[in-house]
Amino acid sequence: MISFYVLATIAVLASLLVIAQRNPIYSVLLLIASFGALSGLYVLLDAPFVAVIQIIIYAGAIMVLFLFVVMLLNAPHEETEHDLRVHPLLRRGPMGFGVVLALVLIAELGLGLAAGSESALPARSISSVQAIGRSLFTEYALAFEVTSLLILVAMVGAVVLARREPR
Amino acid sequence: MTPLLIGHLALIAFVFFMLLNSAAIMVYVERKVAALMQQRLGPYRVGPKGLLQPLADIVKLMFKEELRPRAADTLLFALAPIIAATCAFAAFAVVPFGADTTFFGLIPEGLRLQVADVNVAILIVFAIGSMSVYGIVLAGWSSNSKYSLLGGLRSSAQMISYELSYGLALAGVLVVANSLSLTDIVNAQSGGWRLFGVPILPRWFVFLQPLGFLIYMTAGIAETNRAPFDFPEAEQELVAGYHTEYSSMTFAMFFMAEYINMVTVSAVATDLFLGGWHGPFLPESLGWIWFLIKVAAILFFYVWMRWTLPRYRYDQLMRFGWKILLPLGVLNLLVTAAGVLYFGL
Repeated sequence: MISFYVLATIAVLASLLVIAQRNPIYSVLLLIASFGALSGLYVLLDAPFVAVIQIIIYAGAIMVLFLFVVMLLNAPHEETEHDLRVHPLLRRGPMGFGVVLALVLIAELGLGLAAGSESALPARSISSVQAIGRSLFTEYALAFEVTSLLILVAMVGAVVLARREPR
Repeated sequence: MTPLLIGHLALIAFVFFMLLNSAAIMVYVERKVAALMQQRLGPYRVGPKGLLQPLADIVKLMFKEELRPRAADTLLFALAPIIAATCAFAAFAVVPFGADTTFFGLIPEGLRLQVADVNVAILIVFAIGSMSVYGIVLAGWSSNSKYSLLGGLRSSAQMISYELSYGLALAGVLVVANSLSLTDIVNAQSGGWRLFGVPILPRWFVFLQPLGFLIYMTAGIAETNRAPFDFPEAEQELVAGYHTEYSSMTFAMFFMAEYINMVTVSAVATDLFLGGWHGPFLPESLGWIWFLIKVAAILFFYVWMRWTLPRYRYDQLMRFGWKILLPLGVLNLLVTAAGVLYFGL
């Protein structure tokens, strides 16, 4: 239980700091820290496979790309026409957006808790690799294939965008 | 303090100590082999046959001045070598290097020669390997020098590109062994194939996955930034790449991380493809000797490559990774999966 609170605190604090401070490189790093803490939570849930996948995909692959882009653009600090003394999160626009997001989150949490503690996935399917693979290719085959199609489309889109026009 | 717990603690200390030492030993081997190949003598003054040369190197590094560029990002500049070294050490924690042992009857139950027995061990090695990119990238960025930044960018691009092939090569073995646990994978390779009752070949996965082994080794060399793929530190173009601005012990940490990563890649290759601690003539409990021999052979291969092949050009490296290695990896996985499905290996 202690490890849960430690990891949860790290995850929440790191996520808050991602948006609270202004250097994009630090934001990326704090997001990685947050992912790491989430991965620890998966381990506590007895799902080591999901935990490792979280590290490999999110912390290892996607965030490296983020860091790569931030470094390539070399965005120093955010440029803004607003008053720099007011923290960006305390301006009117972000505040309103945050309130809406928070309301949606609370509503979803309420709905989820009201629906009962039964999770959508059977308990065995998060603990073993075989079970995850099986349910991916049987029960969730359609969702799985549609997702892969989506990724393929995104990839083709990136190639089209990046391709130089032949002269 | 039960004997088993003491055994575990001793094992952790032993692995840590050996990894530290392996970096020192590899420095010596590298210099000696390089000298052999270039018809020189190599280090021979410090100690018998120059064996104490690594010690002299370490003392020299310790007494160097610690420098930090004024424009560097203080926090990340300090953090980068720590990340690099931590990842290098952490990855070995899940690598098994011998069968269960009782240390000649000292402890009641058998203790597996593996610091942490996890059933997704191979994925953890892969995950920590992908985290070690950050050490190099952050070192490059936080130094605030153009050579470091270019080195860091190159290395992140290179490691992302070769990680895919590396993972696909692993996947082939996982399909054949039908397990993610390194111990299970090694145990699936015990014994040998027989022809008319005569053992002809050990049951190593390198014979089932020759292409996978080649892809693994190639991608492994690229992942550890060794020649001929040592772009992050191409000295003719980038001074020293991502660690240009580092000196003294912080430089030593990057240096050490590189060698420890090599040892880890070799140890994983031994477990996955070369039968781990299984081998003829020796009893199971002395299997770690076989393991050491195999790892040493792969490490020698690494050094041999470095002093034989010239560095690729950057665009050649990218083309090779994406257009040749990756399709080969996919092909290998497809053929393996089909083979397992139809012949039920």
